[in-house]
Amino acid sequence: MTQDEAAAVGPNETDRARDGLRDILPILIAAAPIGLLFGALCRAKGLSILEAGLMSLLVFAGGAQFAAVELWTYPVPVLTLVFSTLLINARHVLMGASLMPKMRGFSLLQRLGAFYFLTDEAWALAERRAMRRPITPAYWFPLATMLPISWIGSTFLGAWLGSFLGDPQRLGADFAFTALFIGLIAGFWNGRVTGFTIAASGAASALTYGLAGPPWHVAAGAFAGIAAAYLAARPGDETA
Amino acid sequence: MTVDPTTLAAILAMAVVTYLTRIAGIFVAGRLALEGRAKAAFEAIPPAVLVAVIAPTALATGWPETLAALVTAVAATRLPLLATVAVGVVAVVALRGIS
Repeated sequence: MTQDEAAAVGPNETDRARDGLRDILPILIAAAPIGLLFGALCRAKGLSILEAGLMSLLVFAGGAQFAAVELWTYPVPVLTLVFSTLLINARHVLMGASLMPKMRGFSLLQRLGAFYFLTDEAWALAERRAMRRPITPAYWFPLATMLPISWIGSTFLGAWLGSFLGDPQRLGADFAFTALFIGLIAGFWNGRVTGFTIAASGAASALTYGLAGPPWHVAAGAFAGIAAAYLAARPGDETA
Repeated sequence: MTVDPTTLAAILAMAVVTYLTRIAGIFVAGRLALEGRAKAAFEAIPPAVLVAVIAPTALATGWPETLAALVTAVAATRLPLLATVAVGVVAVVALRGIS
């Protein structure tokens, strides 16, 4: 992107690290309020501050975490949470497979470490980088390890602030999940096929929720949405 | 600052599953070439799951929530994520107020 990067001489290790930090900075800033929201919603669902922080540290996948907290009840529906997490995060398989040939100078151990930090954001930045030069450990690690600092820190802060919030419904905070998810869904928009996916999943989920109750609505909606995409896809409309 | 054992177990199980999806790409790279319908189905997984999670709140709670979800969807097409959330929350509070 910058002029010195465009120069014929490749950047040294320090420059690569600086490139990574520069690329991730806007995402760090954007992630902080989302982390605050996640922490506050955890508190509203009855999770402790430590539990909220642990989830951001260990799971470190925003979409799956928000889905888990939305589905969270007591007793904890462990299988439902794991199933929902698996479905939402299955896309990582494709992202990792796509990055593999573009990552140079990584040992297997470094790859296993590097992919702990695989997120939509780090993936998108790395793919953009790979269009110009290979992804090296010096570029990846500073970039990828900054995001958890912002995410985990803001989760703790949000959970602590959430303790003072009181009844979430009074402030419409219970609807924040739904609004957030609608925003995330918009980010996955990929044309006509996504429209069919949303319609099928929404109808099947709402219907199943009414007939069978939770947690079956997640599996029913997910299956209907995926099936709709399979049936609606035509050879011509692959845009991604 | 407490940690419930079952909650910890759920978080650990979620973490393991997530990490497996992250490293699976290392082992399937070069062997996984999804095309056509299969690719479309795989790419549809995240929106399909996200919609399925919120559909009961958005569609089966009451008209204020459904209308607010529509307003939020319109906002999502032109605003960044946090602004979209803000619009949704304000909309639902206002609509519940007049319902």
